[in-house]
Amino acid sequence: MVDAIPAEVAGEPAAGTLLHAYRTMRTIRAFEDRVHEEFATGDIPGFVHLYAGEEASATGVCLHLDERDAIASTHRGHGHCIAKGVDPVGMMAEIYGRRDGVCRGKGGSMHIADLSKGMLGANGIVGGGPPLICGTALAAKLKGDGGVGVAFFGDGASNQGTTLEAMNLATVWNLPAVFVAENNGYAEATASTWSVAADNIADRADGFGMPGVIVDGFDFFAVYEAAGEAIRRAREGGGPTLIEVKFTRYYGHFEGDQQTYRADEVARARAESDCLARFRDRVTGDGTLPAADLDAIDAEIAALIDDAVARAKAADKPGPADLETDVYIRY
Amino acid sequence: MARTISYREAINEALAQEMARDERVIVMGEDNSGGTGAPGEDDAWGGPLGVTKGLHTRFPDRVLDTPISESAFVGAAIGAATAGMRPVAELMFIDFMGVCFDQIYNQAAKFRYMFGGKAVTPVTIRTMYGAGLRAAAQHSQALYPMFTHIPGLKVALPATPYDAKGLLIQAIRDDDPVIFCEHKAMYDTTGEVPEESYTIPFGEANVAREGGDVTIVAFGRMVSVALEAAETLGAAGIECDVIDPRTTSPLDADTILESVEETGRLVVVDEATPRCGMAADIAALAAREAFGALRAPVQTVTAPHTPVPFADTLEDLYIPDAQKVVNAVKAAKEYT
Repeated sequence: MVDAIPAEVAGEPAAGTLLHAYRTMRTIRAFEDRVHEEFATGDIPGFVHLYAGEEASATGVCLHLDERDAIASTHRGHGHCIAKGVDPVGMMAEIYGRRDGVCRGKGGSMHIADLSKGMLGANGIVGGGPPLICGTALAAKLKGDGGVGVAFFGDGASNQGTTLEAMNLATVWNLPAVFVAENNGYAEATASTWSVAADNIADRADGFGMPGVIVDGFDFFAVYEAAGEAIRRAREGGGPTLIEVKFTRYYGHFEGDQQTYRADEVARARAESDCLARFRDRVTGDGTLPAADLDAIDAEIAALIDDAVARAKAADKPGPADLETDVYIRY
Repeated sequence: MARTISYREAINEALAQEMARDERVIVMGEDNSGGTGAPGEDDAWGGPLGVTKGLHTRFPDRVLDTPISESAFVGAAIGAATAGMRPVAELMFIDFMGVCFDQIYNQAAKFRYMFGGKAVTPVTIRTMYGAGLRAAAQHSQALYPMFTHIPGLKVALPATPYDAKGLLIQAIRDDDPVIFCEHKAMYDTTGEVPEESYTIPFGEANVAREGGDVTIVAFGRMVSVALEAAETLGAAGIECDVIDPRTTSPLDADTILESVEETGRLVVVDEATPRCGMAADIAALAAREAFGALRAPVQTVTAPHTPVPFADTLEDLYIPDAQKVVNAVKAAKEYT
């Protein structure tokens, strides 16, 4: 499980923060690679959308967040969960549809959530999250607790009215909100260079009266710095920011996607831009962290994921008694 | 102490009392204050029909005007509810559900279940419904059956000022999402309402009149239409039970079925269109649970399967009236 660490403002992350960042990114990668393998066996039901390749975004943003803060996620939500501190063991059980799952087997991959961690859910509706984050940000503002709301959404959702309405409202109400557009190049199988009419999603920030920033999504340090500035501004009452994170997803839109619409960008990204490799090269190259520490994390996370899968497979599925519970608190 | 106030005043009073009692209660919607950012008066409108008038003056930080952006602010109310607030969002006309329905039925309604019983979303969405103001097809519908269809939502339809206050306070204190449907043609109707705060539990019908010959189940504004019909019928020697379920979800099926067991004759009156609406729902309830008691086919009195028309001649034909209810009751009574 990824432990929460104190929020830190922008600037050079301390060694402890870097270890935490690496652990988070490695957990997401190992989790997603394993779900990819297990899905192919037919054991995992339903629709699964993997976040591998995009780890620097969730990690670089969520490292600045704490228990006051809420995030809304997307159908590609496992990485955001892990980065916000949701238990990977409970997540794996959820993805397998087990009663031990973090949503008791009633949500699945597309609705995985843990409100006790401020994780408002993956969302099966593209553009479903940004309005909700206006609400958590409003609550934080009224309570005066310094909390912020972060809406992660994809390039597809950047064209949804809900997202555009939410950005407008966030500025009108001067909310402590951050909008993180994760542009992985494709809305399902359609290129974002075609479907987004502007050159960049971040260019739209002007129209909503907020700063817009474009970040290399394979570079943890770039995301961390941009997010730190945006979150600090939000906490201090300076209003919302739109951050566009550009990268490539390593797997298809969903598991089973043959990806015939793609060129060779995945192989190139894995070879040249991978966020974990770049992170490792930088922190070991400049002597900030010893490679052995990172190797130890790799081994630890591999064991954690093995355990999560074994426990998920062994866990009970929900039964008839669970079908009609938890629709209402009282009815 | 009770005094006579309007349906509008009863709703305003419920909001004011709950805001004074609990600082987590916030109110938001288009022109709920009115005049925000404009050079003239603040609190200029209090909503398009004046229902929230004065609240912004009294609670300036907790009554928020919004852009005309229903997805954003209804979604924000829902998000704020997950973060510990008790928001009351005003969806000006129920017809506008089309532009923000996703936030209501895919988000708020589903959180509790799809997050494994861990979400608490105490949001109230107030909305105006109903025909009668010549507002035509896009501002007059009675769409509450569509909300009633959705597991995870509760739906209240106050038929009197007394019920409006008690049901709204219940809605605000309720931990589940509630769609609170106000009939726009009822805002000026008056009735006795206690000054003090009180709640009316959801899922408890009001037996508005006791008769014993025929059961009439009516919703929202149709309760007063049914009572008018029952008065006429009483003079003709046919005594009706008039049951107002007050909430369509949860539904007090027991009170309806007990009456039908006694009368064997059921008329359902609903301003909504007939397909998949409350009339069809209650008719099916009786067929399923009280088949042996029924002595006549269930009669339904609803709007026709059309959009709401504009011309006064047509709208008057569209809305169920007391004469149609009288006819339906007689048909049920005369069937042997």
